[in-house]
Amino acid sequence: MLSPVILVPAVLNGLMTGAVYALIALGLTLIYGVLHIINFAHGALLTAAMFAAFFAYTLLGIDPYLAAVFLTPLFFLFGYALQRFIIGPAAHGEDRNFLLVTLGLAIVIENTLLYAFRGDTRTINLPYAFDTIEVGTAFLAVPRVIAFVAVIAVAVALWAIMQWTDTGKAIRAVAKEKLGAELSGIDVAHIYAVTFGLGTACVAVAACLLIPTYYVNPTAGDAFVLIAFTIVVLGGMGSIVGALIGGLFVGVVESLSSVFLGESLGQIGIFVMFIAMLLVRPSGLFGERA
Amino acid sequence: MKAYLPIAVAVALFAAVPFLTASNVVLNFLVMALLIALAGQGWNLLGGYGGQYSFGHAAFFGTGAYVTAILQVRYGVNAWLGLVIGVAAGALVGAAIGALSFRSGLKGSYFSLVTLAFAEVLRITASVAPITGAGVGTLIKLDLRPEAFQFQSRAPFYWIALGLVGASLIVVRAIERSRFGAYLVAVRENENAAKALGVDVFMVKLGAMTISAAITAAAGCFYAQYFLFLDAAIAYGPWISIDALLAPIVGGAGMLFGPLIGALVIKTLGEATKLVTGGAPGLDLVIYGVVLVAVVGLAPRGIAGLLSGWTPRQFRPGSSADQNHG
Amino acid sequence: MVEALLRIENISKRFGGLRAVDEVSFDVMPGRITALIGPNGAGKTTLFSIVSGFLRPDDGRIIYGGIDVTGEPPHRLARRGIARTFQIVQPFAGLTVRENIAVGCHLSRRHRADALAAAGDIARAIDLGAQLERPAAALTVAGRKRLELARALAIGPKLLLLDEVLAGLNPSEIRDIVPAIRDIARRGVTILMVEHVMQAVMSLAAHVFVLAEGRIIAEGSPQQVAADRRVIEAYLGHGAASRMTAGAGHG
Repeated sequence: MLSPVILVPAVLNGLMTGAVYALIALGLTLIYGVLHIINFAHGALLTAAMFAAFFAYTLLGIDPYLAAVFLTPLFFLFGYALQRFIIGPAAHGEDRNFLLVTLGLAIVIENTLLYAFRGDTRTINLPYAFDTIEVGTAFLAVPRVIAFVAVIAVAVALWAIMQWTDTGKAIRAVAKEKLGAELSGIDVAHIYAVTFGLGTACVAVAACLLIPTYYVNPTAGDAFVLIAFTIVVLGGMGSIVGALIGGLFVGVVESLSSVFLGESLGQIGIFVMFIAMLLVRPSGLFGERA
Repeated sequence: MKAYLPIAVAVALFAAVPFLTASNVVLNFLVMALLIALAGQGWNLLGGYGGQYSFGHAAFFGTGAYVTAILQVRYGVNAWLGLVIGVAAGALVGAAIGALSFRSGLKGSYFSLVTLAFAEVLRITASVAPITGAGVGTLIKLDLRPEAFQFQSRAPFYWIALGLVGASLIVVRAIERSRFGAYLVAVRENENAAKALGVDVFMVKLGAMTISAAITAAAGCFYAQYFLFLDAAIAYGPWISIDALLAPIVGGAGMLFGPLIGALVIKTLGEATKLVTGGAPGLDLVIYGVVLVAVVGLAPRGIAGLLSGWTPRQFRPGSSADQNHG
Repeated sequence: MVEALLRIENISKRFGGLRAVDEVSFDVMPGRITALIGPNGAGKTTLFSIVSGFLRPDDGRIIYGGIDVTGEPPHRLARRGIARTFQIVQPFAGLTVRENIAVGCHLSRRHRADALAAAGDIARAIDLGAQLERPAAALTVAGRKRLELARALAIGPKLLLLDEVLAGLNPSEIRDIVPAIRDIARRGVTILMVEHVMQAVMSLAAHVFVLAEGRIIAEGSPQQVAADRRVIEAYLGHGAASRMTAGAGHG
């Protein structure tokens, strides 16, 4: 059981799965780090993006990786608009209201999808979905390798945006000290909306990366988002590095525990770990105080 | 005793309904509305009055439901006793979750997250555990006798649901007018200031959570008797966590009749939607989501809040002005 | 020999590498107003937070009425008779003035009606009677400061900690509230106040401690402390005292 022939592929697969988890968590932690709210609509947005990617392939014949190119900006705008015109105004700046409003949005989005597309589970059939690359003793599925590389690329891109662009600097300013940023002339409502848009864009990319190997139905996003919540709490609310490392870690843990324990205990295990983290160290390993 | 008059009036009015109509459709609708109102009364105590927003009240609803169902089905316990034990079990679960969460100082979004997680753990456990019938669910045997808490017609169920709601209204009203209630609201408004005034914030939150869980558990027990079938998605599913918070928010968080008003409004909306769209799944929930966002954005004090804008201060429940007469 | 009501013994508190409070010891004698002054960042509010139970000290003890209360939580200290106001006022915004004060009154009264009635008395004693039924959020800054005071008084304290209660008030508002504070002391409540408004310190305090960079650097009557060169230097910088005397010589 402990032979490298089994362990190495398990770890590698865990890293690749973890990369996608990390991307979803990245969006969540970005929103938390700047707006200081937990976006309960994150899962629903992921589901919506997955449906979009699904239909891009089945109706328009566009390969998911290509679809990411136009879905990402589209969902960025969608997220921007949601925060700017619905969430922000409705919440009147109170934390409790943000919770309820994002919850309400999640209900609306998921059930609109349910109403429009019914509850059936669908998958796409990409011709190269089952191709593999040989790495040592492991056979790694091509879509998952692409996903891993893509996540690294997105993380680097985000980092570059944060470091070098004016908007990125404004985002960091608002995250650190909202009042000061406001007084320096930064349009906080706009920055909040940009951040929410970036977080939504992250799930759009993640959706395109997931679609080749995963199914889609109106509640598909929820399972991932719970894992994303766990990662965000583990890695620290607001920490991008924490989300990445946490994501990879959780991916590997999940992979190894399904080798040793089987699938069924997996879900409860994640929840229990999540609860334990919240109770013991809500600020996570890298993050700010709760 | 004047303070309890509005409750007596409301209960009396509702009690008259079965004498005015024999329609099962109407009674069924009202029973469901009362059920949601009861679950919402529980949520409202912790969330509306106490300011701690639970997103996992299903944990208590489901516990009440399963405990009473399993006691009847597997151990032959009387259904009425099952109700009592179910409520106690719900209270215990509430106390446990509350103790863990509040000891760790969880508040705001973190508290909401952890309650959500606890409810999900219970749901998944119930969906695989043999004692709950796992995927198949639990079926309570049909036994149409009052002693078994089952009735031939809807009316007795209706009156019992009404009685439970009435009892919860009395409990909440009593809390409103007590020191515990004053402390609870202070904790909601500003925990640090409350501490500096001698309020044991942990105990107050824990107490509120325990009573809140007990009330919602009662709703779960009633559900089990009314529908006679449970599975994990019904007992611990997000639907009840959402309904339990939606009713008070829409009706007026932190106000006595908030959950009742809210439950009637959302159930009416739900039924109206179903009539218009012919029952395709999801649309009624879409409406619920829109209503939630709209209420938070436009009428944060809910419908009762809007109404109280028109009532003179004297008659507003829970106001300090009416204490001097109460 | 009168026993100190509050004895701070060798209290230290570090935040990361910064020693906010560094082995501070002093006594607060009962029945009078004691002031704690010092330049910004000196550690005064940290000390207050420790005495009122919101922060645990790294070292040292707090002795209150002869009992070691170090590390006790705020609500227990409140029940023992230590009340505090907050530097940034913390009203129960959604409640009326009466309901705000009543929360404090409930410490010694079970009944809602009793607490609400007692709240009225306290409000009237501190000149908030006209505002009783208004929401706390509708008060002016001066009103909110009075509300802070009223709420703290409502728990019937023996020791009242005032954290910059005059901050943000204009001179006429200060002139109005200073007699209220003196009145509270006259009724037997021991007051420890952190203050920047020097005129109030001079006129109210019987004894002053000066805190700078986490340490007590001087103590005495307000007049003594004002003339102390170490105090002047702490506020105005090194060498300021000499410059001032030199300047006085020429001027």
